[in-house]
Amino acid sequence: MNIVVLIKQVPDTWSERTLSDADKTLDRASSDAVLDEINERAVEEALKIKEAGDATITVLTVGPDRATDAIRKALSMGADKAVHVNDDAIHGSDAVTTARILAKAIGTVEDVQLVLAGNEATDGRSGAMAGMLGELLGWPSLTHANELSVDGGTASIKRETDEGTCDVTASLPAVVSVAEKINEPRYPSFKGIMAAKKKPVNALGIGDLGLDAGEVGLAGSLTQVDSFAPRPPKSGGQKVSDEGDGGQKIAEFLVGQKLI
Amino acid sequence: MAEVLVLVDHVDGEIKKNTYEMLTAARRLGEPSAVVVGTPGTAAKLAEGLAAHGAEKVYVAESEDAVNYLSTPQVDALATLVERVSPPAVLIPAGADGREVAGRLAVRTNSGWLNDIVDISGDREATHSIFGGAFTVQARATSDTAVVSWRAGSIEIEEQAGAGTQETVELPAIDESTSAKVSNRAPIVGGDRPELTEANVVVAGGRGVGSAENFNVVETLADSLHAAVGASRAAVDSGYYPNQFQVGQTGKTVSPQLYIALGISGAIQHRAGMQTSKTIVAVNKDPEAPIFEIADFGVVGDLFSISPQLTEEVAKRSS
Repeated sequence: MNIVVLIKQVPDTWSERTLSDADKTLDRASSDAVLDEINERAVEEALKIKEAGDATITVLTVGPDRATDAIRKALSMGADKAVHVNDDAIHGSDAVTTARILAKAIGTVEDVQLVLAGNEATDGRSGAMAGMLGELLGWPSLTHANELSVDGGTASIKRETDEGTCDVTASLPAVVSVAEKINEPRYPSFKGIMAAKKKPVNALGIGDLGLDAGEVGLAGSLTQVDSFAPRPPKSGGQKVSDEGDGGQKIAEFLVGQKLI
Repeated sequence: MAEVLVLVDHVDGEIKKNTYEMLTAARRLGEPSAVVVGTPGTAAKLAEGLAAHGAEKVYVAESEDAVNYLSTPQVDALATLVERVSPPAVLIPAGADGREVAGRLAVRTNSGWLNDIVDISGDREATHSIFGGAFTVQARATSDTAVVSWRAGSIEIEEQAGAGTQETVELPAIDESTSAKVSNRAPIVGGDRPELTEANVVVAGGRGVGSAENFNVVETLADSLHAAVGASRAAVDSGYYPNQFQVGQTGKTVSPQLYIALGISGAIQHRAGMQTSKTIVAVNKDPEAPIFEIADFGVVGDLFSISPQLTEEVAKRSS
């Protein structure tokens, strides 16, 4: 079975994140970049399917040159090969446009039965990539999976969101997004890291996907950012030490604010 | 005036507050039309509340299959209506299910998608709050229809009578090969406390609470204030409190009138989920805890003596 795993390099959430003044897009150069943690879980889930039967795992990313680090990490965990869509024209693509690029790129991998993705990246937080890809590919999307099983032509998941839990089944090919509790991703072994260096990475531009520059990036997106502003810093409030009356002090403050 | 579609957020025959916010926002853009997708009989229970909050029309898309497939019935209903009425905007709740509906609808109708919106003006200029409130961004869709995911708790609800005229929408038959079938649905039961993202007051506990048993200190204070209970990632990861109550980067984003943080250090990932709260009160043993940098009122001390004392003070004042 051919599996495509979507991976994404994101600004480390422990570092300061900002927007670029020039074109109002995420300033990816100003913060540390890491493979999004949820993607490692998607790779891990693909590896489990491979170990249980037979599968070829292709990792797919859309991003600038330094996204290579995320690709290497996934390959060193055990994925077989990679597709890296890297094109200056892509810069500034919104979520829907990015989905269109990913759907085209999935089309370059032969006979894909399963696409795995994280349920929500820590930067864009659209949380709907799997649903959008399903819509574009004409495949069912099974989202927020805490458990996944693939049996014959069917994928089944246990889904958990804020709203509740349920079981979801659909026929393959399908798109599945994994949630945080699905597994604990493995660490790459030394052998895995060495092997990753020899694994093929197919670099593609948007022309290779049959798209032209006007269909992607800021120009191709149906949303535009007009302006942005950092939130005014919160003025340092009052801080007191508890002298045995801390609870009363808070109550007095809340009364003053008309909150109780 | 143009019709503006609002996807009604409902559970067990009750309308969620977020729907009223969306109806309020929709009035700035045109005439609000509420869209109810559910099993037969659902709209009848919701019609009165929708009309009282300004719905001129209530589109009724009912079928037994409405709850048996993941997001497809909602996308089908909204896509049908987008084609029929060409709305300037479709407002959809920004929860996990709603965002999936929104993303799919944007793809299917070739519309721009504005996600996690906290405000919108009459000329469709929308406000996002990103990176956990560190930036606000003004953005718009350049397409005829804007798909807008609306974050709960963003604006004041205004009541206004609307006609609430009901109109049936036929849902197309489900295509099994492109849809995901749902079974064993179990909604999360939050008990008597308000829902975290909709609550006016949130009381949250962190690592400093120390154990699952000790969380009753947090719960007791929360109940005295009719508040929702939240937890930091550290508290959830330590098994003190269930996952669905996690506030922060990898949990929920809340923006209540009052947020009380007990034993939470205030790591950047936690602040990302709560720093847009109107008023923040923090209790922590460590005077250097970063939570104090954003707290309007902070007390350095032991939460196990301060919190019960505060609970008592609140009880005194409300009796």
